[in-house]
Amino acid sequence: MKQGRLQQYLGFAILGACALFVVIILFVILYDIAVQGAGTISWSFLSEPPRAGMTEGGILPAIIGTFFVTIITAAFSVPLGVGAAIYLSEYAVEGRLTRWIRASIRNLAGVPSIVYGLFGVALFVRAMSLGTSMVSAGLTLGLLTLPWIITTAEEAFQTVPKSYREGSLALGATTWQTIWRNVLPYAFPGILTGAILGISRAAGETAPILFTGVAFFLPQLPGSLMDQFMALPYHLYIMSTQHHAIEEVRPLAYGTALVLIVLVFFLNLTAIIIRYRLRKKYQR
Amino acid sequence: MTLIRSNLKGLVIVLLAIVIFVGCGSGDRDGRKSIQINGSDTEVNLVQSLAEHYMDKHPGVRISVTGGGSGTGIAAIINGQTDIANSSRSMRESEIEQARRRGVDPLPIVFAMDGIAIVTHESNPIESLTIGEVSKIFRGEITNWSEIGGPDMAITLYGRQSNSGTYVYFRDHVVRADYSARMRNMNGTAQIVEAIRSDRAGIGYVGIGYIADSGGTVISRIHVVNIAADDESPAVSPLDPENVMSGDYPISRPLYQYTNGMPDGDMLAFLQWELSEEGQRVVARTGYYPVSEHYMQKNRELGLIE
Amino acid sequence: MSIRSATDTFFRYLFLTAGVSAIGILFCIFVMLAINGLQTFADVSLTQFFLSTSWNPSAFAEPSYGILALVASTLMVTIGAMIIAVPLGIGTAAYISEIAPSYIRETLKPVVEILAGIPSVVVGFFGIVFLGPIIADVFNLTSGLNALNGSILLAVMALPTIVSVSEDAIRSVPKEFKEASYALGVNRWLTLVKITLPAASSGIVAAVMLGVGRAIGETMTVLMATGNALQMPGSFFDSVRTMTANIAIELGEVPFGTTHYFGLFAVGLVLFLMSLAVNLTAEHFTKKYRRYRT
Repeated sequence: MKQGRLQQYLGFAILGACALFVVIILFVILYDIAVQGAGTISWSFLSEPPRAGMTEGGILPAIIGTFFVTIITAAFSVPLGVGAAIYLSEYAVEGRLTRWIRASIRNLAGVPSIVYGLFGVALFVRAMSLGTSMVSAGLTLGLLTLPWIITTAEEAFQTVPKSYREGSLALGATTWQTIWRNVLPYAFPGILTGAILGISRAAGETAPILFTGVAFFLPQLPGSLMDQFMALPYHLYIMSTQHHAIEEVRPLAYGTALVLIVLVFFLNLTAIIIRYRLRKKYQR
Repeated sequence: MTLIRSNLKGLVIVLLAIVIFVGCGSGDRDGRKSIQINGSDTEVNLVQSLAEHYMDKHPGVRISVTGGGSGTGIAAIINGQTDIANSSRSMRESEIEQARRRGVDPLPIVFAMDGIAIVTHESNPIESLTIGEVSKIFRGEITNWSEIGGPDMAITLYGRQSNSGTYVYFRDHVVRADYSARMRNMNGTAQIVEAIRSDRAGIGYVGIGYIADSGGTVISRIHVVNIAADDESPAVSPLDPENVMSGDYPISRPLYQYTNGMPDGDMLAFLQWELSEEGQRVVARTGYYPVSEHYMQKNRELGLIE
Repeated sequence: MSIRSATDTFFRYLFLTAGVSAIGILFCIFVMLAINGLQTFADVSLTQFFLSTSWNPSAFAEPSYGILALVASTLMVTIGAMIIAVPLGIGTAAYISEIAPSYIRETLKPVVEILAGIPSVVVGFFGIVFLGPIIADVFNLTSGLNALNGSILLAVMALPTIVSVSEDAIRSVPKEFKEASYALGVNRWLTLVKITLPAASSGIVAAVMLGVGRAIGETMTVLMATGNALQMPGSFFDSVRTMTANIAIELGEVPFGTTHYFGLFAVGLVLFLMSLAVNLTAEHFTKKYRRYRT
């Protein structure tokens, strides 16, 4: 019996160590970036453009560029994604078409981000002649985010109790009326959570925007959708690999990494808070 | 529920407003686009410096400079996606043909000169090499430092990627064969320097402008090897501007900017300024070398300057 | 009445279109990759493409388009990543779902989610500035940018996927299985190892396959941290270039419509098919473990 006990302690200890190790990994990454990057963060860093061959100054255009391109991403992927989710959760009947749709979504989620980039170049930059622009990049990112939005939105719809729908239908409402008035409002927080998380992922992606619109250095902010733009993840990439003085600008790179992480973290936190309040509401 | 709906409506309105604002663009720029310059990583900080100086003096003009490698710049001008292509090598026949087929007429403008330095770790005792030895090293035929009089260590090769004009120029003019497959393809010149600083067995090729300023001071913790054209010639240092401009240093090259046909307006003014005394002073201050008389004459023949 | 039903029908078809668009997009991606990729073979032989280790489209001598070294590099960093991430991930998942008291569980789950949210470029940056020098020091190498670095970073990226899906699979195991085991006097550890985990095995395999898919498709992390040398990898200390990194490096320098351009799409096609295969395998195993759920 003692041996069984010992075995159990050891076994559990190993598993606990695994979990601890994962925590340590996260901690090390965040700690290194936070500590090295904190010194660079200042209001001027966040509000000024880069100067002197990007060895000084700030990252304002990258922040703005990321902001704008993710809005385009959201504008494209959220309506389309929620629409597809509505179809799957409210209209679809189990059958071949539905299975194909779900399979497609799962496979789209697995497509490498650089392949989305290839697709973006072939379709948006070339075939649709949108050139390298915010709109090309935003649409490409939108495609990347789409499977995620569909999946999380569908989950949000599934959490709405069936009785809500049944009651509405029993009173003679059409499917659409039921969805609009009785399902969508309750699924909304879940959809919003998923959308915010999807956006935060899009904000951190580099490969899809590499060849569809992002630029190394622009002297002014983008003025229209057809302009190129700077973006935080790409800025981090070039500051740490292609810049002509990478050791000198290492602090700026750390600062950029920190801003990017804080941005993603902040978006995730917002989504989690929304989800938490949603859970409380349904716990009654 | 109405609260959610009104929030949703509010959110949508705000987002739409932003998108519309961005989509319409700001009218106050008179629809003037910026001059787009893409390409060589070797040239990017030089051209950015030139652009900043020029924009300071001419506030209405906007110039945006991007890197990506000479190949990227050349592809961009062939694809009609940029105004000026920075290239640290000349365009190949096949590329020029391709451009012409797309209705693009590439005009080669030499705006600066550069030397390619062979760099090693600061502890490396080798002071000089011949072009032949450098070629064999980068081809992978010489693999250990002891073969050329150094310590017994396997040589680590550092180079650029195929989109780099420096990569192509160095291969075509110095190595004269394909690079060894073991060469590490770094993303940029600065990465090569950083890697060699921590690699006692490393050797790499970088544009001089990155590692030395006009006074000949080299950046720290890197060693520049003197190069001899062959066994008979003396080994020459690239750090003395005279050596590069006179051609005594064997690995020097013109830096190009390609435009689609003869430029006009702001673009022409900028290019002419680059070739003027003032512009060439900026070139020299950034660690590159002014255009030699030979290439300046070619620029004149193009009709670019008097 | 008819306006109501007309609106209803309108919306039905609207959403149907949205749903079908998923199939459409996947199909379009495949078609676009195929149309562009297959044009490579006008100039390049299939044998060279698949069997040659030399990828050198702008060669001094003859251009060559062999992807074998690229594929080998991708597989190498993926396998390396799985060696690290699979035990770690399954162990963490088992801990979270079976052993951890609820306050620890509620901390660990967000930790995993945050890890999942770190952008790949930040992980790659971490590989350059932190992990690379450590690897170089520890193993007495001249540079820390190699397959080992890439594998470790990919493991970090794949871990959250493996942990979440495995955890889901483990929790789906009906509790009757465990209760029966305890009733027979088996301790918790042995129950976990001999009953729960095997019962969850389909789900765990699915988790691993999804992790593999993640690793194969990752671009920025490997681009920044593996050194990008175009050679057949010999050891984990060698610098390697994955298929994804290769596309990212070269797509900017190709004029449209050249063999090199098509060649990159061909590499993309191979990547697409690989991730498709991995996904289908994952789905097969997901179906098997979902059967436990009521």
